[in-house]
Amino acid sequence: MSAPVIPVTAGTPSDDLPKSAEVLGKVSYRWPITYAVLALLSLLGLAGTLIVRDGAWGQTTTFQSRYGDQWFTIPNFSLPSLMMVLLLTAVLVAATVYAYQRARSRRELPAWLHIVVLLAFVLAFLTWAGAGKTSVIPVTSLLAGALALSVPLIFGAMSGVICERSGIINIAIEGQLLFGAFAAAVVASFFTAPYLGLVAAPIAGAMIGGLLAWFAVKYEVNQIIIGVVLNTLVLGLTSFFFSTVLADDRATWNARQPLGVIEIPVLSQIPILGPVLFRQTILVYLMYITVIVLQFMLFRSRWGLRTRAVGEHPRAADTVGIHVNKRRVWNTILGGAVAGLGGAFFTVGSGLAFGREMSAGNGFIALAAMILGKWNPMGALVAALMFGFSKNLVNVLSSIGSPMPSQLLLMLPYVITIFAVAGLVGRVRAPAAEGIPYTK
Amino acid sequence: MTQPTPGTPGPEKPVEDPDASRPGPPADAAPDDRSGSQVLRQIVGGDVAISFLAIVIALALGGVLIAIADEDVMASLGYVFNAPGDFFGAAWTAVSDAYVALFRGAIFDFRAEEFERQIRPITESLTFATPLILAALGIAVGFRAGLFNIGAQGQIIIGAIFAAYVGFAWDLPPVLHLFLAVLGGALGGALWGFIPGILKARTGANEVIVTIMLNWIAVYLVSYILASGPFNPSGTGQRSPQVGPNAEFPRLIPDFLVPGNTFRLHWGFVVAIAATIFVWWLLERSTIGFEIRASGANPHAARTAGMSVGRVTVLTLVIAGALAGLAATSQVLIDRGSLTAGVAASYGFDAITVALLGRSKPLGTLLAGLLFGALQAGGTLMQSITSTPIDIVLVVQSVIVLLIAAPPLVRAIFRLPDPDAPPRRAAATKEAAA
Amino acid sequence: MKLELRGITKVFGSLVANDHIDLVVEPGEIHALLGENGAGKSTLMNVLYGFYDPDGGQILLDDQVVDFDGPGDAVRAGIGMVHQHFMLVPVFTVVESVALGYEPTGRGGILDLEEARRKVVEISERFGFDVDPDAYIENLPVGVQQRVEIIKALSRDAKVLILDEPTAVLTPQETDTLIGIMGELKAAGTSIVFITHKLREVRAIADRITVIRRGKVVGQASPDSTETELASMMVGRSVSLAVDKGPAQPGENGLVVSDLTVLHGGTMCVDRLSFEVKCGEILAIAGVQGNGQTELAEVILGLEEATAGSIKLDGKELRGMSVRDRLRVGIGFVPEDRSTDGVVSSFSIAENLILDIYDTEPFAKGLSMSPAKVAENAVKRTEEFDVRLTDIQDPLSTLSGGNAQKVVLAREMSRPLRLLVASQPTRGLDVGSIEFVHNRIVAERDRQTPVLIVSTELDEVLALADRVAVMYRGRIVGIIDAAEAGPGGISRDVLGLMMAGVPHEDAVAQAATHQSRLAEADAAADGKDLS
Repeated sequence: MSAPVIPVTAGTPSDDLPKSAEVLGKVSYRWPITYAVLALLSLLGLAGTLIVRDGAWGQTTTFQSRYGDQWFTIPNFSLPSLMMVLLLTAVLVAATVYAYQRARSRRELPAWLHIVVLLAFVLAFLTWAGAGKTSVIPVTSLLAGALALSVPLIFGAMSGVICERSGIINIAIEGQLLFGAFAAAVVASFFTAPYLGLVAAPIAGAMIGGLLAWFAVKYEVNQIIIGVVLNTLVLGLTSFFFSTVLADDRATWNARQPLGVIEIPVLSQIPILGPVLFRQTILVYLMYITVIVLQFMLFRSRWGLRTRAVGEHPRAADTVGIHVNKRRVWNTILGGAVAGLGGAFFTVGSGLAFGREMSAGNGFIALAAMILGKWNPMGALVAALMFGFSKNLVNVLSSIGSPMPSQLLLMLPYVITIFAVAGLVGRVRAPAAEGIPYTK
Repeated sequence: MTQPTPGTPGPEKPVEDPDASRPGPPADAAPDDRSGSQVLRQIVGGDVAISFLAIVIALALGGVLIAIADEDVMASLGYVFNAPGDFFGAAWTAVSDAYVALFRGAIFDFRAEEFERQIRPITESLTFATPLILAALGIAVGFRAGLFNIGAQGQIIIGAIFAAYVGFAWDLPPVLHLFLAVLGGALGGALWGFIPGILKARTGANEVIVTIMLNWIAVYLVSYILASGPFNPSGTGQRSPQVGPNAEFPRLIPDFLVPGNTFRLHWGFVVAIAATIFVWWLLERSTIGFEIRASGANPHAARTAGMSVGRVTVLTLVIAGALAGLAATSQVLIDRGSLTAGVAASYGFDAITVALLGRSKPLGTLLAGLLFGALQAGGTLMQSITSTPIDIVLVVQSVIVLLIAAPPLVRAIFRLPDPDAPPRRAAATKEAAA
Repeated sequence: MKLELRGITKVFGSLVANDHIDLVVEPGEIHALLGENGAGKSTLMNVLYGFYDPDGGQILLDDQVVDFDGPGDAVRAGIGMVHQHFMLVPVFTVVESVALGYEPTGRGGILDLEEARRKVVEISERFGFDVDPDAYIENLPVGVQQRVEIIKALSRDAKVLILDEPTAVLTPQETDTLIGIMGELKAAGTSIVFITHKLREVRAIADRITVIRRGKVVGQASPDSTETELASMMVGRSVSLAVDKGPAQPGENGLVVSDLTVLHGGTMCVDRLSFEVKCGEILAIAGVQGNGQTELAEVILGLEEATAGSIKLDGKELRGMSVRDRLRVGIGFVPEDRSTDGVVSSFSIAENLILDIYDTEPFAKGLSMSPAKVAENAVKRTEEFDVRLTDIQDPLSTLSGGNAQKVVLAREMSRPLRLLVASQPTRGLDVGSIEFVHNRIVAERDRQTPVLIVSTELDEVLALADRVAVMYRGRIVGIIDAAEAGPGGISRDVLGLMMAGVPHEDAVAQAATHQSRLAEADAAADGKDLS
């Protein structure tokens, strides 16, 4: 039981310190309740529906980890479905009890517990979905696809972190993604060079970031509004050109130009994880670098210290000689570039041509990931991966013949996002000065 | 002092800094500024002028885009230095064709022969304007409360689901059926507004993200519903049964006024006007509106004054959702109306720009809705005649809103005076009071 | 380093904040800049510090004209500033806060915080600050935060140190310590410019005093001047520093607070507090900012719920009632932070006057409001409270601080009150408004309303209170009755010691044996006090 912390000034007479508090704060049961819900879902929804099937005890789920060249390929293995589900449900129940005990004693839950619960539930769900089916659950390809789909989300979340840590709310991530996708497709197509498209994408994103910065800083327009309007503007422009110039001459302007997959030797052959992490396009590798560099720079470099100061207490930064608005403008442009690069995923990163409204709400999910990650690059990465995984789940499940109608599955990432920002987050603290224009 | 963006929400920057060395102007400051020059500055540099000029600039930019996308223009660009006349001629033709078509589609078709066809465009504009006005009013109310309701799109869809169901599944006498169907639409939208409202009030969930997520959920939901049971008699999952004749909005322009007319304009437009008046009364004359405005301007002071900001949040988003739901009724409760996946078109997003142009005031929103409705109507004709995609309208709308959000930018472009800035003369020193 | 300001002028719109100001600070001198709220002192220092560009005039360091492009230049030139509202990022540590702006870096822009930490420890030890370099700013008490600000300035080798209202957040004992520190700095050759509106301090501390009024230098004064002389220079007319009030006629108990406890996270902000306010008396809660007074006021209004204990008004328990219900029951509330909690700046003056009664008759019937009645009320109230304005429909932001506070008072006092709670009622106000507000508060008391004042200004507490309760670390250290305090009134030194946590009897004993430097200065000048 932790004693309440009482701040002490120098010179406090010692017998004046209050005795240990008899009155304690309220206990938050947020996590135990969440786990209990998952456990209940697993018990009733998964195990429950399985048990009532004919021959339930004999059904198995086959998992496949084959995906490209690995040191040794784990052969497909089958697990008895119902047993697995029950086992995993037991894990969830145990976790719930543990979380309840920790909550009662007002202690924080360890991060590994969250991961265990998440893995258990997902595994149970997959086992359930594949029970008794002839098709396999392609674990590795599921993970690889999840990572790929997370790419725009991660880039978007990084962009959000850069901008909001500086004090500028960037709702225009969606537009930056879309414009990046457009620029990548068009430039790659025109020059028949996908890597040139990859260079054009961040430039396009930076342009939108520049517009955002200009209106937000110079004219002090409400930043959320500008973001929304810029998204609409980009949508209109890209759709306009898609229907006119691109449609007239698809071969020149909108041909598919996939970035090739680059395999990193040795690393890509690690079983299961190898192909997932190291057999991707260069965009994914750029993503790794971006996240690691940003996490480091934000907390260990002068740029990061000044950026954070500008986003938390710009006046304080100004009084030590930091140029607040200049910094905000450049950081927003940088953020736009990062998001634009993420947009390249939709076209050259996936080998697709540009289509209307390709970004499909990813920019907003990225913002949710940023909030969930508490404005930390690593935290945002984890959150974005979770969303990306849920998006890929839909693909996988429909390919193995899922029991749920496809439209409801497609809703899944969005529903999860709502639960995330409403339920799991608790009260988070954004950078204190975000959204507020700075004037002397 | 920063001017908050006109018509948009956002907490105020505290004006009174206890250690600021700037007490406000003493009451004895002689108001000799209210001269003719001040009035002139107001006219030339004020809100209305800015809005007008913003529209002009946006149309000009649109023209540039139209020219770029035109094949003839691009072709003649290749040899522009040899024969510049060709280039400019082609550009002029492209742009003027497009905008003339826009006008003909929006206001008055001077090439038509009968009177009925001549004034049809304006009725089309009003028809397009109806859902825009209703949805935009909802968004405007949200803005005044400091809430960003980006979810009008989803609210329209859910409202449409409810309205269509009441329309085709029930069989009731004339006025009652329409009334209940409209009510159903409003309830559906209100429900989709209640969710982000209660989440924000109870958990602090960011309403921008929640409403956008709900938009996508609504899209998939409607596609799911269209594929199931009562909504899917034909089995294609594309279109619900049509609403019964008693659930349709009657035509607004009766036959005796313009014989043989097939105008689409219906009584939904009257609902839009009534909603405008209602929103005006709500915001300016009701206690709820007082709370909404106070919470939007300064939630701390509102709480200290005894208002419940959470309650205001929920109420505001419910009202906004209901208004969006009403917008849905004008899409569904019409002649041969039914529910389709595209029922909301892009009204939910267009309505945001309408609310912004209208500066979140009821009358302004109405006028902005009429303008953007005209652009839609004209754009439809423009698209069919000149194959200029209707997306250009989206671009024009966004540029307009960006410009009116930054009046100094427009003033800078046209070198106009700022009516709020003090006139340039030496600042008089205030005399000591004692 | 000699510092000179010649003819500095700074204009904001139509307001001349600084009007041809001249100031000379010799090396190693403590120079006080005295003026009431709104006189232009902070603006002048912001110009000196490079934060603002002057519209006219020059700054000279050691007789050389300098031109600052921003605070960075000023810092490099050896000017350090300790702001009144600390310029510290709450989520940074002490080391990060001190490092910000001149960050020592290794290769590639990576921070080298060891160097900064060294400096913090070195300066901290030199002056006995006892600051933990790895503590987060937001967890530090206010007095310690101020020391971090000073460390920040000193770590840049400031030769001129500007202190803006430094004692606003200190107990008299901590003020003593600060005065000691200033003495040490002066001995080391640092010049100090000390901005304040408190007369007692300048006499005890300053070598020379420059008085500013309404943006202009009114004159020089010496520390030997009497308080009354200084006050007249500051305000421009003779000022009575005491409030004209008759003795209290307390009736029954109005507000009874028992065992009130408020917990924030793990911190006990209000610790089993018990007191009562009788009808017709003014009880002042004295204490340095940050000892739970703010939370106490908020809990009485209902903005926050207490964790335990009871609050009874006229015998009725308030806990569990919403803010609105408490206002209806008859609580009048003047919040500490006027602009954030008291008014809606963009609303008109008329609307602000009904901000917490907008849904009652006659302003509204059911849901529908009546603008005519609102306007009528506004005209009546603004006349009654002498609010200087152009039009009641103008936004409240057009009013000065004093007039805005009058609007808040007018609103709260426009209905029959069972309790008036006023937090820092005269913060940031000019002397004329201060007088007005004090008189109104006494008038409310004379209507037999219980009045609870929360104030960090000792002068205000001593002037207004019938009884004083001193809060320290969430508890009441003692309650003193002014009537029983003897001919000299309640002793400042006793109050000051209590504000640092010393119980009443011990405080009396200590005060008898040890005088604070402020009291010394008082005594020295007493013989010359002509008032």
